[in-house]
Amino acid sequence: MEKTEYNYDIVRSFVNWSIVWGVVAVLVGVIVSFQMVEPGLNFAPYLTFGRLRPIHTNAGIYGWGVGVIFATFLYIVQRLCKTRLWSDGLAKFQLWFFNATIIASAVTLLLGYTTSKEYHEMEWPIDVMVVILWVAFAVNIIMTIIKRREEHMYISLWYMMASLIGVAILYLTNSAAMPVSLFKSYSAYAGTNDANVHWWFAHNAVAMALTAPPLAMFYYFLPKSTGVPIYSHRLSIIAFWSLIFMYLWTGAHHLLWTPVPDWIQTLAMAFSVMLIAPSWGSVFNGYLSMGGQWHQMRENYLVKFLIVGITFYGMQTLQGPMQAVRTFSAFIHYTDWIPAHIHMGTMGWVSMISFASIYFLIPRVYGRQLYSIPLANLQFWLILVGQLIWSFSLWIAGVLQAGMWNAMNPDGSLTYTFLETMVEMYPYWWVRAGGGLIYFAGILVFIYNLYMTVQKGESVPSAAAFAEGRA
Amino acid sequence: MWEKKPVLLLIMATGAILVGTIITMVLPFAWVNTEADRIESVTPYTALQQEGRDIYIRDGCNNCHTQTVRPLVAEVIRYGDYSKSGEFVYDRPFLWGSKRTGPDLARLGGKYPDEWHYKHMESPRAMVPKTNMPDYGWLADNQLNPQKIKRKMDVLGFPYTDDEIKALAGKNEMDAIIAYMQKLGSDIPWREAVEITIVGDLQNPFKGDAAAVSAGKLLYMENCAQCHAEDLSGDIGPELDGANYDEAELFELIYLGIPDGGMPPYSKLGAQKVWQMVNYLQEGQ
Repeated sequence: MEKTEYNYDIVRSFVNWSIVWGVVAVLVGVIVSFQMVEPGLNFAPYLTFGRLRPIHTNAGIYGWGVGVIFATFLYIVQRLCKTRLWSDGLAKFQLWFFNATIIASAVTLLLGYTTSKEYHEMEWPIDVMVVILWVAFAVNIIMTIIKRREEHMYISLWYMMASLIGVAILYLTNSAAMPVSLFKSYSAYAGTNDANVHWWFAHNAVAMALTAPPLAMFYYFLPKSTGVPIYSHRLSIIAFWSLIFMYLWTGAHHLLWTPVPDWIQTLAMAFSVMLIAPSWGSVFNGYLSMGGQWHQMRENYLVKFLIVGITFYGMQTLQGPMQAVRTFSAFIHYTDWIPAHIHMGTMGWVSMISFASIYFLIPRVYGRQLYSIPLANLQFWLILVGQLIWSFSLWIAGVLQAGMWNAMNPDGSLTYTFLETMVEMYPYWWVRAGGGLIYFAGILVFIYNLYMTVQKGESVPSAAAFAEGRA
Repeated sequence: MWEKKPVLLLIMATGAILVGTIITMVLPFAWVNTEADRIESVTPYTALQQEGRDIYIRDGCNNCHTQTVRPLVAEVIRYGDYSKSGEFVYDRPFLWGSKRTGPDLARLGGKYPDEWHYKHMESPRAMVPKTNMPDYGWLADNQLNPQKIKRKMDVLGFPYTDDEIKALAGKNEMDAIIAYMQKLGSDIPWREAVEITIVGDLQNPFKGDAAAVSAGKLLYMENCAQCHAEDLSGDIGPELDGANYDEAELFELIYLGIPDGGMPPYSKLGAQKVWQMVNYLQEGQ
């Protein structure tokens, strides 16, 4: 086999920067969780909950989430195509422009330049930057695939390409606005239309940025870590096409019982329930790939992260459709249950897969063995326990809150005022903040472990051993 | 076959993505914000209200407050009439939100007098003890920029007069956000539509009941003291002297409120709690 020089420098840089933004996301998350229990921790005008919460979400999605997507895709695409990246220069531009975009986002959001649209708060000049960034990334990936030296495209590449297209369509459509100045614009859509367009975007951003890419990573890193192939190719084909077809119908499940036309809500509800099938197609494909390999859950820390991660994906894709049913939505929507759901997805599913991917990449791109597997195990338990405390406290809080909002006296009056329901939330909000701190501790352990790996890790005996690994 | 042809895969994936997109996102434009859901009485925001809305956006109020009332029993009782599509045609962007850390604000307009809002924004805990809402008194320190607001109105295509723009000079961000909040949900006459009529004779079920008086006192402190003061001496609302009213009259006042006078109705607390407050006002002082 002809030896290929892969571009690992760029992978290293994206791994490092994605971790930087991940730390920012979690740290700001911890800060806003304390602001919710102690309003005195809001320092106007910049450091208030209303301005910091979008920084938390956007740093998490675009800094950490997309940063890891860039790192892993740029690695995986080279390996699966058995060829070097199409353009090193473009990738380098992408790295610097990525950081410039994230910094510009954080600064402008702090200054209050926001569109208010959730997960798309940044004003129009940053939308332009995001588009340039995504085009640079997409061109590099697609061109690398086109010049590949392996005829067959593996599953991970399908998910990557769907994500490239999906994010482009979603982001461009939802960005449409009428600018007033450099820092202020008004949406091109009004009222109910704006709501429908926006939640079509926001829900499918979850599909195209936080579902398809982690699945691409999972399908690549699981067999790489266990040494055995994915159980069923046919199942992965069915799951892929049905997933990307059905997801786009479901945005309006965020708008059940609102003035959005009923038929859109009903379609969204039906397709959300149907989505259980392709989601669990991937979950089962992962589980069945472990046939005869379950002992690796004990022996191989990478497998532990990946399998627990896909398990949270399974939980997430059962809970989500449940919430998308009108009757349950009527009860639970707008309560603290919802952030608990989201954080199971982000802290449990997406981040578990991301941590596993980075643990897999580090020895290969730095040529050093991981400094400490016990520390990796410690991190696993810290983030698992932190996330479970986070989510369970708010699931309980959400049910309590929903029950109190709906409680009525025999004469048809309300049993509780709004404030009485809020006061009940405080203990759960404290517990949630504690869960966030434990999760943050896990991330510090992760960073320490990686730092020590790069500084002191034993060098990998033969770098070629990795280069010649199974593609 | 598509597994070996990247361009084909890209085209197929685009197609798969576009089907649901066109049906659930593009097609609705044919139904929404058309003549069918137009409401005659819904008007664009004034310059001051629109600026207030932009401040609401700037400071991320939508992260904790929703602006859509769902057609569900407990929700309509708590907040008011459910939201209609035609009420939002001038909202760019929409501000329905996704989380109610604080209450829904879709029907806030006209619920409280301006003065209540000024005090509440300055120090929410002074008005609503134990709330976690941050202080926004600093908004009053920021003067409005009339020329900038004029440009916004031009971009939005909303009508305004030069006098209206001139009047913005000297006003601050607090004035603007309160003007905005007072418009929320008040373009349709929903309060008249849900007006309650009390039928039959009102009988005080707690006459001479000391427990009811002390329960009424707690309810008064929680619901009324912010405007009428803890010692009933009055503040935003007038001084209260139970002796001036007969008990049925007092019950009606509290139960139904004075919609035009800034006194919200307390029917949602239920007749029993309102009677307890009546007994406190008449005998507890």
